Amino acid sequence: MTRRAALSALAVPVLSRAGLGAVLLALAVLAGVTIGEVALPLGLVGDLLAVKLLGIERALDPIEAGILWSYRLPRTLVAAACGAGLALSGVVLQALVRNALADPYLLGVSAGAGAGAVAVTLLGLGGGAIGLSAGAFGGAASAFLIVALLAKAAGGGPAQLVLAGIAGSQLFNALTSFFIAKSANAEQARGLMFWLLGNLSGVRWPDVSLALPVVGLGFLVCLAHVRPLDAFSFGSGAAASLGIAVRRVQLVLIAAVTLMTATLVSLVGSIGFVGLVIPHAMRFLVGPRHARLIPASALAGAVFLIAADIAARVLIPGQVVPIGVVTALVGAPGFALILIRNRRRS
Amino acid sequence: MRIEARNLGWREIVRGVSVEIRKGETFGLVGPNGSGKSTLLRLLAGLMPRAAGEVWLDGAPLAQLSRRQIAQRLALVEQFADTGEALSVRDAVDLGRTPWLSPLSPFGPEDRQIVDRALAAVGMEGMAARAWATLSGGERQRVHIARALAQEPRVLILDEPTNHLDIHHQLALLGLVAALPVTVVMALHDLNQAMMCDRLGVMSDGRMVACGKPAEVLTPDNLARIFRVRAQPMIDPSDGSTLFRFLPMETST
Repeated sequence: MTRRAALSALAVPVLSRAGLGAVLLALAVLAGVTIGEVALPLGLVGDLLAVKLLGIERALDPIEAGILWSYRLPRTLVAAACGAGLALSGVVLQALVRNALADPYLLGVSAGAGAGAVAVTLLGLGGGAIGLSAGAFGGAASAFLIVALLAKAAGGGPAQLVLAGIAGSQLFNALTSFFIAKSANAEQARGLMFWLLGNLSGVRWPDVSLALPVVGLGFLVCLAHVRPLDAFSFGSGAAASLGIAVRRVQLVLIAAVTLMTATLVSLVGSIGFVGLVIPHAMRFLVGPRHARLIPASALAGAVFLIAADIAARVLIPGQVVPIGVVTALVGAPGFALILIRNRRRS
Repeated sequence: MRIEARNLGWREIVRGVSVEIRKGETFGLVGPNGSGKSTLLRLLAGLMPRAAGEVWLDGAPLAQLSRRQIAQRLALVEQFADTGEALSVRDAVDLGRTPWLSPLSPFGPEDRQIVDRALAAVGMEGMAARAWATLSGGERQRVHIARALAQEPRVLILDEPTNHLDIHHQLALLGLVAALPVTVVMALHDLNQAMMCDRLGVMSDGRMVACGKPAEVLTPDNLARIFRVRAQPMIDPSDGSTLFRFLPMETST
């Protein structure tokens, strides 16, 4: 009975925090759909929701409604999914490899996904969003495998992992450039390069229906593993002696990270630093325990990427800056801070 | 809980070790550096991949238990386990409850009490909120032991638990361990401390070369052969217990 009492005592703060998170996310989405080159009134959002979801008749400006429904809303939702997915991937990788510098971008997973997606696009190995995602998944998984094996062969230390990640990123970025140089015409090349920098401009509803379920699933997998992730704090040996099936947990979580990263890269290109900086900022705010860190990072990643997308749209009037540029502008100094903090600790 | 091991081996580090450790016993492992003590402890905990031989816990083969079932029976404190996470002392000890928790039975008041008792057992109850990074080596060692106690194991495996500890905490820890109602297997460096164990196993070059009561095993002969020291047994007149004074071997040249 005490267990049940504990459960209900825990349920109240958990629910109120989840509620707070939902409100924050809703506000960010609201900002994402209303702010932009054409500022849209808040009232339009309510009217549009009434029309689309409740079927109530309202007189709407068709152009404004079209921008909001067909462009801004899917774009903002994918930005949210992308931020959440990348931040989750960062948290999980940092815990599993016990390295503060681990994230899908630095470990070459994003580069692998990019190379896989480009290969599928240019070599015509199956088409469509699913084919693209499958190619990205294959690339991401092979990149992760190569980096992990290289790091292990090099001695398995934290520095070796980061160096192996750099080698992997360079290799797969080179492959991407090679594929583009070999097979793309000028127009394709320009499009691919822009996409690789991270770009949400082309996002439409079908992308939402791929990104949201994948990231939702990844989030649930991470949530189900908060205790195993905590148990990795003292290394995989300690985790095993705490009753964690280390191999299985590593496999499931790395599969989830690879799936999320690959899907997101295939949709919006490779967006750096979110997976690195957001988890560290959240550790600072909510502490290292994953029961809080996982939801906090997912929320913060979502809100951060929505904000970065808004900045990308309004920073230079009349022009869209690739979102990867915005996240790097914020992320690189954040990365520097982590490096300095780590040096102090060791 | 009774532990039986038959023909345990791992590469060339541990070779053909068979041992039976009785329920409630405090069993010490001694041996020179590199003699295979730590590897043998990990083998007993089922943590070495591709190990040879078999281990039974109360007659149940270790290989047939899940990691979680093993962790509910057996806790291991290794040397040098460190973390870069900003954990508090309480966070680290909370981890000991991991094998008992599931989504349907989350961390509750009982678990908190168990963690409190484990912290008190190692004298860390006043430092529960301290950050891991600010602890001394000895304090970290005590937190690891509290974490193992919070696991409520029936077998406690400790790898040189008195390392890093000052003499007061060494004695307190050995007293605590001896008084626990569980089977304890520990590697020890200090042979005088090893004398307080119920039985000792002596490791040399991957094999268990002697096993028995401390006075039977730690003979001047064995000590000269295995540890390459000349041991002078001395009797403490206050309680009649044996102490060793160690001297270098006389060189034959």
